[in-house]
Amino acid sequence: MPTEAAELVFDEATKVYPGRDAAAVDHLSLTVPAGEICVLVGPSGGGKTTALKLVNRLIPLTSGYIRIDGRQIGDYDVTELRRSIGYVIQQVGLFPHMTIEGNIGTVPRLLGWQKQRIRERVGELLELVGLDPEKDRRRFPAELSGGQRQRVGLARALAANPALMLMDEPFGAIDPIVRARLQDEFLRLQQELRKTVVFVTHDIDEAIKVGDRIAILREGGRLAQYDTPQQILEHPIDDFVADFVGRDRALKALTLKTLGELELSPATEDGLPRLPADTSLRDALAIIVAERRDALLVVGPDGSPLGVVTREDLLR
Amino acid sequence: MSGLRLADGGGPVIPDFGHGTACLRDNHWFCTSWVHEHWGETLQPALLQHIYLTLLAVGIGFAISFVLAIIAFRFRFLGPPLGAVSDFLYCIPSIALFLLLVPVTGLTVTTLVIPLVAYTLFVIYPNILAGLRGVPPEVLESARGMGFTRRQTFWRVELPLAVPAIMAGLRVATVSTISIATIAAVVLYYGLGGPIFEAISQPDIFRTELVAAGGLTILLALTADTLLTLLQRALTPWNRQR
Repeated sequence: MPTEAAELVFDEATKVYPGRDAAAVDHLSLTVPAGEICVLVGPSGGGKTTALKLVNRLIPLTSGYIRIDGRQIGDYDVTELRRSIGYVIQQVGLFPHMTIEGNIGTVPRLLGWQKQRIRERVGELLELVGLDPEKDRRRFPAELSGGQRQRVGLARALAANPALMLMDEPFGAIDPIVRARLQDEFLRLQQELRKTVVFVTHDIDEAIKVGDRIAILREGGRLAQYDTPQQILEHPIDDFVADFVGRDRALKALTLKTLGELELSPATEDGLPRLPADTSLRDALAIIVAERRDALLVVGPDGSPLGVVTREDLLR
Repeated sequence: MSGLRLADGGGPVIPDFGHGTACLRDNHWFCTSWVHEHWGETLQPALLQHIYLTLLAVGIGFAISFVLAIIAFRFRFLGPPLGAVSDFLYCIPSIALFLLLVPVTGLTVTTLVIPLVAYTLFVIYPNILAGLRGVPPEVLESARGMGFTRRQTFWRVELPLAVPAIMAGLRVATVSTISIATIAAVVLYYGLGGPIFEAISQPDIFRTELVAAGGLTILLALTADTLLTLLQRALTPWNRQR
């Protein structure tokens, strides 16, 4: 398996659990381009987690194909396949009896890396996920907070530099503030690492925030729409999707753009609220509404004024 | 030599308390001089035998329990029948079991060890099994998802996580074996049960010997429990309270 990001293809992938009539995943076909985050989202019973677990063969396919960089998953040795795919779950599932170093080094150890190489890799990853490479490596999972544990879970999944990451509601069990921070950090990491990621969530806002593409699954594991967040918010394919993304989808669409992406008019007025250019349009609108203003001053990272946006600009 | 000596004949029998001090003649609860004089010939060998008997019984019991627990863990349907057998063994009164074995294995240490082993099974086997089965499902799922083989999951995840439960079983088994082993002296003068039976078979109960041997038994049990607790802490640094 290549260590560069891999393309993942679901080709009529179907799962019917033994003794059930209805499929859990029904002829799912979609392609996740290399280096992109594909979010599987939908109501419970939509088969999101099942679809995810089909990829690393924790659940066997009933029919159809799944290919990683053109090679069918069934052609790999199953343990080899799993070791080459990063796997993160909601409950993290860290090994309580191993130190953080032991946890993160799990797959490299299985792959027979040299001790020194594992030690260096663990330090690198701890730094990457924002933990202390010296102090934290010797601690045990029980000594960490939920957010820290999830960071370790992410570091552990990244340890052997997998070409593909499977993330099953990775931030689902974490309070909203820490969750937002973890999402931001995850996106920052992804800028750097450019992994192919399949990310399961039931939270449409999370899907919009982290997804390059969103696959909305409906009951019975059928794909309702597979598109960019922008397209899904602006052109939901049917009532189910429109319903699922919510009546505020126009507002949600505003989260996808920042002030810096708008055409600004020259600054003329004084005393306008100042907002940095990386503020989302939705946050900017919230401030305009809260402060009963008609316009905002957009400033650069150094605080220098870039220009003015009006309420009409935001709502256009 | 039989540990059980019955007073024969009628009438009061004057117990032979030896060439006694006043303390011994009055049969006080604890006479230091007697303990001092009989340490080398009576108490110390009894203590060492007792330790040997306990180690042997718990060691064999642990080995058997371990194998049975792995079998029951691997083949789930065997769990209930194996559990029933270990429960049944525990229900046999210990004195009866010791005496029942005499015609089979004779007046040997084997006769003492077999019932003791049977009792340790009842405690150790279910503890190992519960420990193995108690591993959180998300830990198993992440192990599987990361590409552990079945065998690697057992040795690297399930077994280490079962250690606290296994050690708890070993502690209870060891302490109860130390106590039950004193009853073994009904068949053979062996271990600390020897001096205890010797003392209580005197018509008036030889108090010093009873207290000395009984006290050593208690002390041995407490020591074993402490050592095993320390061992458990050393084996499970991750399990320490924050």
